[in-house]
Amino acid sequence: MNLWKKLIPDFWNARPPLPGSSKFLFNYRRIWKWSVLLTGIVSLVPLIFITLVDYKVTERAFESEFRLRAARVVSNTQRAIGFFLKERRSALDFIVRDNSPNALTDPARVSSILTGLQKSFGGGFVDMGIIGANGEQKTYVGDFELQHKDYHEQPWFQEVVERGVYVSDVFLGYRKVPHLVIAVKQGISEGSFQVLRASVGIGPFEDLLANLELGGLGDAFIINRQGILQTNSRYHGRVLDRIDLPIPEYFATTQVRDAVNPKGEELLISYRFIQDTPFILMIVKKKQDLMSVWYRTRLGLILFLVVSVTLISAVILGTATYMVHHMYLSDEKRLVSLHHVEYANKMASIGRMAASVAHEINNPLAIINEKAGLIQDLFTIKQRYSADEKLQGLVAAILASVKRAGRITKRLLTFARNLEATIEMINIGDVVSEVLSFVEKEAQMRDIQIHVDVSPDTKIIQSDRGKLQQIFLNIINNAFGAVEDGGHLDIQIHPSVGEGVAIHFSDDGCGIPEEDLQRVFEPFFSTKTGQGGTGLGLSITYNLVHEIGGEIKVKSEVGKCTCFDIHLPMTISSMKG
Amino acid sequence: MRILLVDDEVDLASALAERLYLRGIEADWVTTAEAALEKASAVDYDLAVLDVKMPKVGGLELRERLRRLYPQMKFIFLTGYGSEIEFNEASCQEGESCYLVKPADIADLIQRMKDLLAHGGGDQ
Repeated sequence: MNLWKKLIPDFWNARPPLPGSSKFLFNYRRIWKWSVLLTGIVSLVPLIFITLVDYKVTERAFESEFRLRAARVVSNTQRAIGFFLKERRSALDFIVRDNSPNALTDPARVSSILTGLQKSFGGGFVDMGIIGANGEQKTYVGDFELQHKDYHEQPWFQEVVERGVYVSDVFLGYRKVPHLVIAVKQGISEGSFQVLRASVGIGPFEDLLANLELGGLGDAFIINRQGILQTNSRYHGRVLDRIDLPIPEYFATTQVRDAVNPKGEELLISYRFIQDTPFILMIVKKKQDLMSVWYRTRLGLILFLVVSVTLISAVILGTATYMVHHMYLSDEKRLVSLHHVEYANKMASIGRMAASVAHEINNPLAIINEKAGLIQDLFTIKQRYSADEKLQGLVAAILASVKRAGRITKRLLTFARNLEATIEMINIGDVVSEVLSFVEKEAQMRDIQIHVDVSPDTKIIQSDRGKLQQIFLNIINNAFGAVEDGGHLDIQIHPSVGEGVAIHFSDDGCGIPEEDLQRVFEPFFSTKTGQGGTGLGLSITYNLVHEIGGEIKVKSEVGKCTCFDIHLPMTISSMKG
Repeated sequence: MRILLVDDEVDLASALAERLYLRGIEADWVTTAEAALEKASAVDYDLAVLDVKMPKVGGLELRERLRRLYPQMKFIFLTGYGSEIEFNEASCQEGESCYLVKPADIADLIQRMKDLLAHGGGDQ
């Protein structure tokens, strides 16, 4: 709580702006808020905007890069697979063209062809057979017991009869092993035919797919157009299972699509229909895995934004606070000096008025004085009146009043003259008496006991009488404001420790609370603001004391007493200006 | 001794002259500088009591004129500006002039006159 209080700059709790003044004049909170807001907007908004744009652009760049790479892999792989099948089909095509139908019914010949194919093409061909037009396998070379098997109801057999060449889906067939069939029809004569059938295992496809550089957790597999897996898949089932993803729409080119798997994970699917086959090559990758590099970049970007925003905000807050604080301080200084000037002007006007009033009164007073004096003279000289004590008394009373009025006008004139800075040798006791003469009437009315104690050792000092009068008058007025009727004001004047004179004012008034004690000399600090106090009296006093090279201190105890101690130097040479 | 009183206030000048007369001092009074110069040309005055502020020609200027004509003459100013030290310092030469603040005590005034005339010195 205390730390918080320390953090709040002074201007935050500055007094509210004067009614009718500009919205920004002296409204430091408002200035601060606006400067923070505007600077914040012009610096943070572009930063956040640019970062967001960069975020989006980079995210898109990452994604399109992945899509492009996936499309390229699919494209290349489908070409390889297409070529693999085409090669084998062409080989079979060549065999039926190169061999007579009779030659192909010879198991030895077929066996020799199979061995040749296996040797030339590497993996792929598992077995080979010749099937007659009735669907019965006439010749078979291979590891399975398929001699005389009847294929005329098998779908692939009907396809090959129709089309001449046929590449089947992967299926189990009689041998119960996943494989596909490439079949080529050989015409014999007059509509009769036989079919050369070779089985190809799915091993070569799987090898091809397994060797793909998929990176991470990619999954490459082949399906047919019914969505049946033609190779084993890492995540989407075994061969001949139905995949758990939608069957892609036909396109002649490579496609990249977004999808969601049953677990709700986002997927990037790239696929290609392999030409002249029933196969679709699919590469499925989880977006999360693909984008992991992007997530790291994104984290860096977000971190950069947070650090920048924090830093910029701190700088903005710091700068705005510093500037407004200085603005506040210089405004305060300006106000104080304005008030000083105003105060000085006011005092000068009062002085001029006092002088002119005193002068104007002095002339009629002089006439009254001379006339009454003459009457007194006549009374004294002429026997007729000299015996009349009543008349004598009346004249004496007039003369006494004239004298009293004369004293008052003289005091006024002295006061007025002293408002101008004049440095002279001064007996502090005299100045205090002069000032007290201004307030003696009030003291009498309110029964305030004033006790002045001047030490005989007090030296005459060089100082400014006018300023001393104002200082003492302010402090005495302050004391009068604090004490109850019948209170006490003690003034002690004695040589100060070291050189100079110390003046000690103590009253038994209401006192000043400790928290206010530090601030009584601050300009505009007043507890009497509601009662016409300007909060400048003691501030001006403090400045005046310093102007004549002195020091002033205050001590107080609430409900008991308040003491003002003033120390004045012997000469004004140490004047601070 | 013969005294000339110059003050634009008739009441003041006349009463003061009469009071001085009652104390055995011969004093003539006038209310303007012109009258004062005229009077001074006819009578040989030892001392003039002048008001500082008078219409047309003031006390200070009148003193200069009188001093030029009658170098031996002494002057006492009566002023309503009770505490103009500058006035005193600048205008009152030792032994020739001095000032008193209105309303002045008649005894003070006579004492100043005697001091100026007897010793040629006006200690304030």
